[in-house]
Amino acid sequence: MSGDDAIPEFSKAKAGAKAGDGHDVSLTNLSAFASGPGIRSGAEVAAIIAVAVVIIGGIELALRLFNVPHYIMPGPSAIAYALFDEFPLIAPHLGYTLVELVSGFAIGAIIGLVMAAVITQFPFAEKIVAPYILLLVTTPMLALVPLLILRFGFGYTPRIIAVALAAGPMVMINAATGFRRVDSAKIALARSYGASTLQIFWKIRAPMALPMILVGLMIGAIFGLLTAVGAEMVGGGFGLGNRLTTYSSMIQMPQFFAVVLILSTLGILIYVFFFLIGKKWASWEA
Amino acid sequence: MNAGSAKTSKLGVQDATKIYHTASGDLLALDRCSLDVHANEIVSIVGPSGCGKTTLLWSMSGLHRLTSGAIRLDGKEITGPHPDIGIVFQEANLLPWRNLDANIHFPFEIKGEKPDRAWIAHLIHRVGLDGFGGKFPRELSGGMQQRAAIVRALALKPSVLLMDEPFGALDSFTREEMNRLVEEIWLDTKTTIVFITHSIEEAIFLSDRVVVLSARPGRVAKEYRVPFPRPRSLEIMATKEVFDLTNTIKMDIVGERARPKARERATAEIVRIRP
Repeated sequence: MSGDDAIPEFSKAKAGAKAGDGHDVSLTNLSAFASGPGIRSGAEVAAIIAVAVVIIGGIELALRLFNVPHYIMPGPSAIAYALFDEFPLIAPHLGYTLVELVSGFAIGAIIGLVMAAVITQFPFAEKIVAPYILLLVTTPMLALVPLLILRFGFGYTPRIIAVALAAGPMVMINAATGFRRVDSAKIALARSYGASTLQIFWKIRAPMALPMILVGLMIGAIFGLLTAVGAEMVGGGFGLGNRLTTYSSMIQMPQFFAVVLILSTLGILIYVFFFLIGKKWASWEA
Repeated sequence: MNAGSAKTSKLGVQDATKIYHTASGDLLALDRCSLDVHANEIVSIVGPSGCGKTTLLWSMSGLHRLTSGAIRLDGKEITGPHPDIGIVFQEANLLPWRNLDANIHFPFEIKGEKPDRAWIAHLIHRVGLDGFGGKFPRELSGGMQQRAAIVRALALKPSVLLMDEPFGALDSFTREEMNRLVEEIWLDTKTTIVFITHSIEEAIFLSDRVVVLSARPGRVAKEYRVPFPRPRSLEIMATKEVFDLTNTIKMDIVGERARPKARERATAEIVRIRP
């Protein structure tokens, strides 16, 4: 395969000639963005719609054919009807969930970004806090919600804290990976013009980390959504999670699936939002 | 220093010694290396790989601190990056998230100065990059990227330009083109140039002097004057003088490469003796 590439060219035989400077920059592939939505032609659009119609119509048909009762699995038409019919009732709950998600995510993301920027500047400190960060990333923050409710009551506060706790570490580990991607040649370039540490951070390190930061923000936002809905299911009287438990306990399955549909749409919107930002600001890498 | 004499040292390297402290022990990269580059001169540095060429250049730029010895610019010792010294790096080293204009304005941004637009436009025209200002590095060929890097390095009007194997990654035709471009720019600006290369032909074509470094630890082993008038044409490269000079330098480098083992032992002793 690489037979042609293997022809030795003397001008390129400089690998390893450098003494002290690690020039081994591995650019992390932004596959999450590269493989994002990209519809090109009318024919593609038509094909996508045709496949959707076949799948959704097929499900509807199969459910009717086998007489599956509504409380086990409602058909797409029933779900669509419930979505329309119940939306005025669901909308305020969507609002509550969005408030929790946006404020919790903002708090978590800011703290995560600042911590990533700080710890990557001090490799020694990074070694010390690494196990705790791992703990934060791997602990399902939902587990803390009962405790948070006990301490902060049934309002927004415990959920916002839970969302921040879920999103923050995700943003932080990805951003830290980005900040660690040091290209010593680019830093040398900035230093050759007398750049300060702060200038090197804002003009070299931060732009280089941006693609990874965006990946972190996207994963953090999705984790935040999961945690917000989960926290609403655990306790308290509002939010989309609360709707899920309420509808399922009343065996109102079309309404239940309407809420699930809204949640999937939220997830997709989060993905598309960060995809578009990445396309605009980090396309130099993808 | 006899000021006013024709051969004033522009950039002086005196007894430059550099020891790298690595995990596998100390490494003596440069050993009392001394070299004077005169004003308006083009000097190339060649030598076996790993001989400390790049270390020497980075020390001249002020980016690397020497273990001992001094670098002097116009007679004054420099201890860090200096605005009067421009650098062209291996590969183009452009910032991929900036378009060409923004890349060329980068030095001014760091310095907090207004870009000298007329001068930049002149340089861009000189290297043939008119109309490419809005393009991103990944949209350009390696040669064009390196042209932009040259513009960036000259944008602050440095009096010394250090070039670290700038065309090593280019194909030989592009490389010849770039060599002619460097000479043109030199004729235009008379900037003092120190040029590191693996290619003896490139060194001879470009330089007033070719300096051969010894195998590690690096030290000036030989020095050759290249007497051809400028502008030089590629036909010169086919003359017997150039052929002979190329071979002489090649033999020097081969000779240097043949005895690194002995050197290595000597190095170990030197490092042990030094505190």
